[in-house]
Amino acid sequence: MQSLPITIQLFSIVGTLIFMAFIARLIVRGKLREEYSFVWIVCAIILLVFSVWRDGLTQISRLLGVFYPPALIFLMAIFAIICFLVHLSVVNSKLQHSIKELTHEIAILKKEVMDMQTPGTMVQTNEKQSNLT
Amino acid sequence: MKSLRVLVVVPCYNEQRSVAAVVNDIHWVKTRFGLSLDTLVVNDCSTDNTMAVVRTLDCLHLDLPVNLGIGGCMQAGYKYAYRKGYDIAVQIDGDGQHPAEGLIKLLRPLFDDQADVVIGSRFLERQGFQSSFVRRIGIRYFRWLNQLLIRKTVHDSTSGFRAFNRKTIEIVNRYYPDEYPEPEAIVQFGLHKLRLLEVPVLMEERQGGTSSIGWVQSVYYLFKVTLGTLFVYIRLRKI
Repeated sequence: MQSLPITIQLFSIVGTLIFMAFIARLIVRGKLREEYSFVWIVCAIILLVFSVWRDGLTQISRLLGVFYPPALIFLMAIFAIICFLVHLSVVNSKLQHSIKELTHEIAILKKEVMDMQTPGTMVQTNEKQSNLT
Repeated sequence: MKSLRVLVVVPCYNEQRSVAAVVNDIHWVKTRFGLSLDTLVVNDCSTDNTMAVVRTLDCLHLDLPVNLGIGGCMQAGYKYAYRKGYDIAVQIDGDGQHPAEGLIKLLRPLFDDQADVVIGSRFLERQGFQSSFVRRIGIRYFRWLNQLLIRKTVHDSTSGFRAFNRKTIEIVNRYYPDEYPEPEAIVQFGLHKLRLLEVPVLMEERQGGTSSIGWVQSVYYLFKVTLGTLFVYIRLRKI
């Protein structure tokens, strides 16, 4: 395979650097938590390595016995994306669980606040009696 | 019998037309049998006037700020029962399909300490509303699944008309399935070695609101509950 022309190499290096700067900016502004940024930083570093090391992909493909080097990119990329999606689902489930717990707490607290604001109703006295027993 | 304190949890989602009748029914049973009983309506973030109706009724109420579905809604009620030290918690749906006369049948085995969980079943005496054909097939399937996993036969495993004693309240306070919790909870109870008991009750067709399960969701329901049941089984098998 012919080596890549220098222009596309420049493009990819600059693109990767912009991407890294973008991620860094998100973290600084507090819009992206560090634990999620980790995977993107690793991604950017890998991109950067292959942008600089021009023959890298071809050599690794040959080493692994992959006939068509771009297929290796797709394989790796899809694998990484699936892993990250599973990770996001886990995070999502955790959030859902937290929301449920919080909703329960809020509902019970809301009731207690209401009870304090309007004392002396029939239900209230009923409940106080039952609390005593 | 009167010393045990009962909390009736009524989960509500858009039940403005039926919830008042349900609460009044429970009240009637309470005065007739002289029970030490409180009614707790849990409003699952209804989009209609359910909350306004509930405020006018003589009952306790919780108002969930986020819609959680029936499982999360019931767990809010059970948590409340746990914290306030109730001895028994009963679920009666807010759509009027569980006539409150059945309540006393559900409570008696708990008062006598014959069971930890009592489930009202519409199939034991085959009276009243028997549910639709498709749903009966589903119920039959869950019966088979329950027999397979916990070796116990529950005829009406999707029945939401059930009563728990303190031991069970402590368990559901910690974990209760989210969506369509009824069949899954039975496996959970079986694996916690709770004594399950089914009593025959009458059920009616819902008076208001819409079923939590439409035609389109039936297949999803089947898969979700099967998966949930299997995972609960795997998780709890060791205890």
